[in-house]
Amino acid sequence: MKKLFKISIAILVFLGVSAALLTIFIKNNNIPMMEPKGLIAMKERELIFTASLLMLIVVIPVLVLTMIFAWRYRESNEKAKHTPDWEHNNIAECCWWGVPLVIIVILAVITYRTCHDLDPYKPIASDKKPIEIQVVALDWKWLFIYPEQGIASVNFCQFPEKTPVRFEITSDAPMNSFWIPQLGSQIYAMPAMRTKLNLIASEIGEYRGASSNISGKGFAGMYFTAKASTEEEFYQWIQSVKQSQKSLGLAEYNELVKPSEYNPVASYVLVQPDLFDRILDKYSPPSQ
Amino acid sequence: MFGRLNELALKHDWIEYAAGVSMILGGILVIALITYHKKWKWLWKEYITSVDHKRIGVMYLVVSFVMLVKGLIDGLMMRAQQATSVGDSFGYLGAEHFQQIFTAHGVTMIFFVGMGVVFGIINIILPLQIGARDVAFPFLNSVSFWLFTAGGLYILISLMIGVFAGTGWTAYPPLAGLKYNPGVGVDYWIWSIQISGIGSLLSGVNFLVTILKMRCPGMTLRRMPIFVWATLATVVLVIAAFPILTANIAMLSTDRLLDTKIFTADFGGNPMMYINLIWAWGHPEVYILILPIFGIFSEYIPVFSKKKLFGYTSMVWAIAAITFLSFIVWLHHFFTMGAGANVNAFFGIMTMIIAVPTGVKVFNWLFTMYRGRVEFKTPMLWFIGFVVTFVTGGMTGVMMAIPAIDFQVHNSLFLIAHFHSVIIGGVVFGFFAGFTYWFPKIFGFKLDEKLGTYAFWCWLFGFLIAFMPLYLLGFMGATRRLNHYEASTGWHPLFVTAAIGALIILAGVIFQVLQIYVSIKKRKEYKDTTGDPWNGRTLEWSTTSPPPFYNFAFIPEVHGRDAFWSMKHAKETPENRPYEDIHMPTNTGIGFYIGVLSCIGGFAIVWHIFWMAGLCVLGIIASLIIRLGNKHPHYYVKAEEVERIEKRTRNA
Amino acid sequence: MTQSKAMKHEPLPDPYQDEYSRTTFGFWVYLLTDFMMFATIFAVYAVLHKSTFGGPGPKELFDLPSVMNQTWVLLVATFFVGFGGASVHRKHRAGTITYFLLTFILGITFLWLQFDDLSLLVKRGASWKSNAFLSAYFTLIGTFAVHIVFGLLWIIVLILPVIKRGIDMVSVRRLTCLRMFWQFLNIIWIFIFSIVYLLGVIQ
Repeated sequence: MKKLFKISIAILVFLGVSAALLTIFIKNNNIPMMEPKGLIAMKERELIFTASLLMLIVVIPVLVLTMIFAWRYRESNEKAKHTPDWEHNNIAECCWWGVPLVIIVILAVITYRTCHDLDPYKPIASDKKPIEIQVVALDWKWLFIYPEQGIASVNFCQFPEKTPVRFEITSDAPMNSFWIPQLGSQIYAMPAMRTKLNLIASEIGEYRGASSNISGKGFAGMYFTAKASTEEEFYQWIQSVKQSQKSLGLAEYNELVKPSEYNPVASYVLVQPDLFDRILDKYSPPSQ
Repeated sequence: MFGRLNELALKHDWIEYAAGVSMILGGILVIALITYHKKWKWLWKEYITSVDHKRIGVMYLVVSFVMLVKGLIDGLMMRAQQATSVGDSFGYLGAEHFQQIFTAHGVTMIFFVGMGVVFGIINIILPLQIGARDVAFPFLNSVSFWLFTAGGLYILISLMIGVFAGTGWTAYPPLAGLKYNPGVGVDYWIWSIQISGIGSLLSGVNFLVTILKMRCPGMTLRRMPIFVWATLATVVLVIAAFPILTANIAMLSTDRLLDTKIFTADFGGNPMMYINLIWAWGHPEVYILILPIFGIFSEYIPVFSKKKLFGYTSMVWAIAAITFLSFIVWLHHFFTMGAGANVNAFFGIMTMIIAVPTGVKVFNWLFTMYRGRVEFKTPMLWFIGFVVTFVTGGMTGVMMAIPAIDFQVHNSLFLIAHFHSVIIGGVVFGFFAGFTYWFPKIFGFKLDEKLGTYAFWCWLFGFLIAFMPLYLLGFMGATRRLNHYEASTGWHPLFVTAAIGALIILAGVIFQVLQIYVSIKKRKEYKDTTGDPWNGRTLEWSTTSPPPFYNFAFIPEVHGRDAFWSMKHAKETPENRPYEDIHMPTNTGIGFYIGVLSCIGGFAIVWHIFWMAGLCVLGIIASLIIRLGNKHPHYYVKAEEVERIEKRTRNA
Repeated sequence: MTQSKAMKHEPLPDPYQDEYSRTTFGFWVYLLTDFMMFATIFAVYAVLHKSTFGGPGPKELFDLPSVMNQTWVLLVATFFVGFGGASVHRKHRAGTITYFLLTFILGITFLWLQFDDLSLLVKRGASWKSNAFLSAYFTLIGTFAVHIVFGLLWIIVLILPVIKRGIDMVSVRRLTCLRMFWQFLNIIWIFIFSIVYLLGVIQ
């Protein structure tokens, strides 16, 4: 009895201290997925809460029953009933086959709806014209190409807030995954393939992006900054890059594609407007 | 002459040297101890050449424990690196070394600890529970074990000679292909998994035939213990899934050896196909790991609750549902590959359905405890620990089954926390429980309860402190497999917490090692004199502890479930039957030789020493031909000998 | 310790002692796994069969008459192995040896025809390295050929004791498994013939 008491106190202290530390930590830190700054990420956070609450309907009874049964039916408790051969009860079975099944059906409907609603390929409805950014995963940095604006940058991209951004993504390196957690979904960046991702930032800010699929030695250095600014600032940035000394054509690209790690941010004037398609062509048969 | 093997292969950093040297010293120590105690002949006769399922099972467990230590050290090193490699500091491990460590950690834990303990326990317990004398193909059983060990050795050898893969344990191309990883690392990975995979496949066939053909008279399928049902489902998964792995990594190896273009990014190859196939195997694989554990819970919870298992039929249906569903969910491992909304939705929904039968099993176990008289020996503690941890894992699993959520948490530390919750909470805790429960049967004495309890609490709290922060890290945008991160991410305190948790787990393991040591020292005091230390319900408890090599002097006849329980409570007095000659398989070293040849052969392929590889293949074929020509694969144990053994052990 | 109460009834049948039944069933289960393995390679072929990377495809490369010959040879070989299996059950030594050796000869012929075919492809510059389609093709055919090689070796290993000592229970068991193996390979070849060759040339 005393041992059980000590264990219970220890567990409560542990839970209490953990809860306290957790609260302090969360107050002092940015939790991107929980503080979304984009429509997609906001919907995904909502989904996380909805799913968790639905599942707690089953999880909490399980945990509570476990504790109650462990306590009440312990060997030393002579007062509890002991029915050594009782092994079947239809109502009980119906409950725990049925209730979870109902919850899963609800989650299934939610799944189907959100798969379509939050499909990375689905364009985001807006009266603003979307910004097209082509993304190339390289060893071990991210190349951003703005075909319309005629610029390119490494490990940095900028776009206006509240404007849909259409990323078209490939890789000229092993498989990577393009991810800006505070704005929303990730999608794989694969050589010889073209994937698409639609995101939108709801307010200005600088958001960390990363690759979430290992691509070799310098993989940890593949983080980048995605900046959502006002529209004027965005066009100012385009203009300043266009003044840049550095230009990105095929020759420069062939240098850039060579393995390098922890590349600093760099900007280029895009002299090869169809660079993205040319990169993809590398993986196609040579035209006859 | 020696392919691409040269002195450069031996060049390493100081940590690898230290690891290699300590392994060699450890090996020398073991060899010295065996020599000092003059146990070589005994070891050869009693274990290495044994085709006895109980001995083979013990060997699986021994190898698995060794690999568990290796895998844990890998984990500790990873935690240490991630707790210190922040901002200007890059930790103490280079990026490539760190990447090899987490790859080896994954391979070790899944293949050589998970599969090892599962096959070890099944080997020991399955024939006993169905009233059989051995598995269907004892020689094949030996071959399977030695192939398993041969595969595991590559992980250790690659520490000293060459490098291991740095691609993650699933080694996706194009990274794992010739273009980005031409060296030996991925090849070690391929042959480690390929060779042990063949061993697993053969075991799957072996156990399936055993269950379907060798149950004792009266044991219909509906009278089998749930552990046997779980094993049946497991081997169905093994038989269907492992060939996919074999073919898949064989094609990865032709890409690397013969320059084929199956999984290359150019020349028309399709790396996405590899990903589909590796997970078409990979998902059933994790159910192969957990189903036997569910079986273990169904075995000892009734015993320690002094009550029949609740819902036998329901349990069987749940196992069947889980088995079937596990084949149609594999795409949830790559929702982010862009398959489209409908495909993602289908696989997501299929995935979450598995939660239903799994939940049913948990409720059935709880309601076995309900109105029972629960003895809280350590296996019951491990069960409570399982409920707490596995349920969080299950909940986060269903969350990730929703593709739109997975789009955020895929490949983040949230995923890592999820699968460690279910694997540690499920496979590891369940195995420790089963190990404690069946230890007296296997070795003849119980394990020390007090040290077991300390180990449990360390594992439980250690696990929570090590892995709960990872859920939060996932939400903070931390991906997996990072050897360094910037200070501005704010992740550092959580990584430090996780490292502390890992150390507490280490303390738990130390308690377990201590537990085994102390239990061996006190084995007279903890001796199991009756063969039935827990008042068990199933047939394995009807034998002595340990059982005689032939298991049963008389094959039991069974009339219902919980056969041994009925036997104990039967009113009739037993009659004295005359003993009979027993037909048993003879020992053979061929399994061991095949393992050795496979190990050398795989090593040779890795280093492109093709003449050596060819010789090894010929050697294996020759060994099999020699085995086929063996005129005395069986012998008879005379009835007098059986009587002598029975009288001696049962009167002790 | 109570013994099992096995008294007042007839001796119970011991089905699990039946090694023949266990072994043949076990071998059949192994064939299922081999089938899964081929199925995987077929799936890869299905995904990659159009990926010729600009090069010639099945229509241009496959020599259907030669494939027909291979098919007939294999079919007859399997036909003979069936008779061989029947002979061994009837303990008919001469028949067993004859039929299995005929299978062996036809098997060698099959391999020779296939090797001819494949080396012609390589000479024309269409090797397993050329593109994904050819890699998948060579992998599938190559895996099949390796199985045939093992089937041939196995015939030799099992027939020699029959020649020396005649047929016993052990030979019956093993030659039955061998017969199952050859029939399995024939089934796989039917899939290869239809899906790879016929469908490939039609499209």
